[in-house]
Amino acid sequence: MHITGALLADTAPAQLLPARQLMAFTLASHITLVPLGVALPLITLIMHRRGLRHNDPVALLLARRWSAVMAVQFAVGVVTGTVLSFEFGLLWPGLMGKWGAVFGIGFGVEAWAFFLEAVLIAVYLYGWRRLKPRTHFLLALPLPAAALLGAFGILAANAWMNTPGGFTLDAQGKPMDVDVRAALFTAMLGPQYWHFVVAMLVTAGYVVAGVYAVGWLRGRRDRYHRLGFTVPFTLAAVFTPVQFVLGDSLARSVFHEQPVKFAATEIVWRTDTHVPEYIFGRLHPDGHVSGGIRIPQLDSMLAGFTPGTKVTGLTSVPADARPTATQATLAHWAFDLMVGIGSLLVLLALWFAWSRLRHRRLPASPWFFRGAACAGVASVVAVECGWITAEVGRQPWIVYGHMRIAEAVTPTRALTLWIMFGLVLLVYVFIFGSLLAVLLKMRTRWRAADGRTGTARDEGPESDTPYGPRSRVPAGPDRDGGG
Amino acid sequence: MIADLIAVLLLLVVAAYACAGGTDYGAGFWDLTAGGAERGRRPRWLIDHAMAPVWEVNNVWLVFVFVIMWTGFPVLFQTVFSAMWVPLALAAVGMVLRGAGFALRKPVRRIAGRRLYGAVFALASLLTPFFLGAAVGGIASGRAAPGTEASAEAWSNPTSVLFGLLAVVTTAFLGAVFLARDADRFDAPDLVGYFRRRALGSLVALVALTAVMLTVTRTDAPHVWHGLTHGAGLALVLLAGVCSLVTGWLLVRRSGAWSRATAVGVVAAAVLAWGVAQRPYLIPTSLTVAEGAGAPSALRWLGLVILVAVVLIAPAVGLLYWLDTHGELEPLSDADLRGTEPDHSGER
Repeated sequence: MHITGALLADTAPAQLLPARQLMAFTLASHITLVPLGVALPLITLIMHRRGLRHNDPVALLLARRWSAVMAVQFAVGVVTGTVLSFEFGLLWPGLMGKWGAVFGIGFGVEAWAFFLEAVLIAVYLYGWRRLKPRTHFLLALPLPAAALLGAFGILAANAWMNTPGGFTLDAQGKPMDVDVRAALFTAMLGPQYWHFVVAMLVTAGYVVAGVYAVGWLRGRRDRYHRLGFTVPFTLAAVFTPVQFVLGDSLARSVFHEQPVKFAATEIVWRTDTHVPEYIFGRLHPDGHVSGGIRIPQLDSMLAGFTPGTKVTGLTSVPADARPTATQATLAHWAFDLMVGIGSLLVLLALWFAWSRLRHRRLPASPWFFRGAACAGVASVVAVECGWITAEVGRQPWIVYGHMRIAEAVTPTRALTLWIMFGLVLLVYVFIFGSLLAVLLKMRTRWRAADGRTGTARDEGPESDTPYGPRSRVPAGPDRDGGG
Repeated sequence: MIADLIAVLLLLVVAAYACAGGTDYGAGFWDLTAGGAERGRRPRWLIDHAMAPVWEVNNVWLVFVFVIMWTGFPVLFQTVFSAMWVPLALAAVGMVLRGAGFALRKPVRRIAGRRLYGAVFALASLLTPFFLGAAVGGIASGRAAPGTEASAEAWSNPTSVLFGLLAVVTTAFLGAVFLARDADRFDAPDLVGYFRRRALGSLVALVALTAVMLTVTRTDAPHVWHGLTHGAGLALVLLAGVCSLVTGWLLVRRSGAWSRATAVGVVAAAVLAWGVAQRPYLIPTSLTVAEGAGAPSALRWLGLVILVAVVLIAPAVGLLYWLDTHGELEPLSDADLRGTEPDHSGER
């Protein structure tokens, strides 16, 4: 998003660019952890239930290993999430200073949902050995609900930034008469929330399945890999078409509630009927579009089902109240990329459904598994694209129609922010590199262990996971796993 | 009035963070000062096992502090983060490094890797409380008046530096008291004395620093000084003093059982004394609770959210500790995650 900042440079304060870069970078990094954080508990519990029900040791082993992965990545998510709450103050003090009382409550809901999730994950992870299987499973059942609640808090805050409500302004422009319920449940909350939740579910499903698809392609075609692939992939495949419908409905809500954002994502310059749809293409500051595939009438059709539907253009508002041409192009590309990936995933899901329902087996073609292996990465990319569409499309507003990002930004000097950005960049490379290394190492150890079942040597109860209740280890460092 | 109630809740959450987080940072402090790989091996082993359950909960306390600040007292949040930019930014970086260092230290098996993560964790445990304390010092001495731009003076003044040092020593004190008790729990008698000596040492340092702080704040932060030496503030200061005497006595007498409670009492009473001394200000003498409060309806909802949080989380945490103390929780070993043989020794 460096281009978007450059275009604002002449009017905007100098610290705006580094502040946005820093926020964008930390959010983009955090988002890669969110799908597994929200949906992996559910996927693990489905596998767990299968293991308990059919007394299936393979399913139980998968659930156990996934719970260990869940813990590691949740722990890193805690850290990157805390950074974001610091950044509200460090980067956007104006936002919270003026509007905190109106929409800050959503974060409160998120905070306790998160607290609950941390406790439940600890119980789940550390309960495998001693708790009765049924009690253990039941104690973990609230986990998906806690995750949904946390997502609600965050999405309520984001939806409020898109369609602010629940307050009136006094003579000095300060918000008063706050109606918290109206501020929580704004027009965009429903469409955004369901689109988000299903996106997390689908992405987590494809990511987990992708791991086993790679194993399958490398010739590890045992029951362990089949099960590890089928359960998450089925879940993701079932919800992919649902997501398509939800995404379409969200786009239509944007069309009604945030017409200028819609114009940006579809690069519509002038308000008109019979508006063509561009697939990719670039919007220039004078309003003409170069490149891309032009499909006449389609945009109006998509927005209101008839070619006569009037679509609001970017020029319907002054230049300082709409995204620049470059920002619009960026949002448009992100949107098209997301839709493109979604369409490919629907095809993959249909292929899977055909094989399962018609032949009662997994597709035989290696191309299916190659596709499935890529689906995980592709869906994470789609999630990032969706976020870029939503956030860049709202520019230059931080609170749509009420506060520009330039008014919210910290007065801290640009140089300080660049130094901070550099520091955070280094730290994040270190953290995410370590996370990846740890996950790969766990995989290698498990794979090595699967290769020589039965000869397992006990390295002591040194856990792979970073937190949880106290472990009961006999005194003395001698048993401490050689470390 | 609702704003006062929320202010009290904010103070209580800050006190909870100081106690829970303090213990946690303190463990990191003793990790840092444990000496070389061989000498520090046993204390580090204990620290690793003792602090595992609480560390991620501590970040949540801090998030609660922020949420209550920005929803309940938006102007306070904006002011503090504008004026104290550098210490808070550094505290954020420290917190990330600390969390990641601790989280990733365990899965790393090679000793060199463990050393790197361990050093990162320990150093960050020292710096984070210092900077958070310095930010609090800037508030207490009234240097972060609304509209103040970030400046070094806001957090590198005598009160801030003293508050920062106090924060570090407090964490060391809490950490040592808790670790002494944990050493008992984990059957490591040699470490009980080790940490008890350190707890006593840091208690002496804490008392000395507090004395210095009280003389410095007299001129540097007169409002808070006045609050600390009169009325309810004085009562809480005296309570903290009594708690530290009792803690010292318990540590000397080697009956460690109640030392944790009294140590928490010292810290909680001190934090509450600071809050009470600031009355009626959020930031002495430029922003009162009433001036800084957000919309009343938002405050009522915030109160409700906090109430639900207590109702929902208390049983969950209670369950966790009940299961923990009844030996129902045990980490998965590599053996549990290995092999597809239908061996479910853990399922019984």
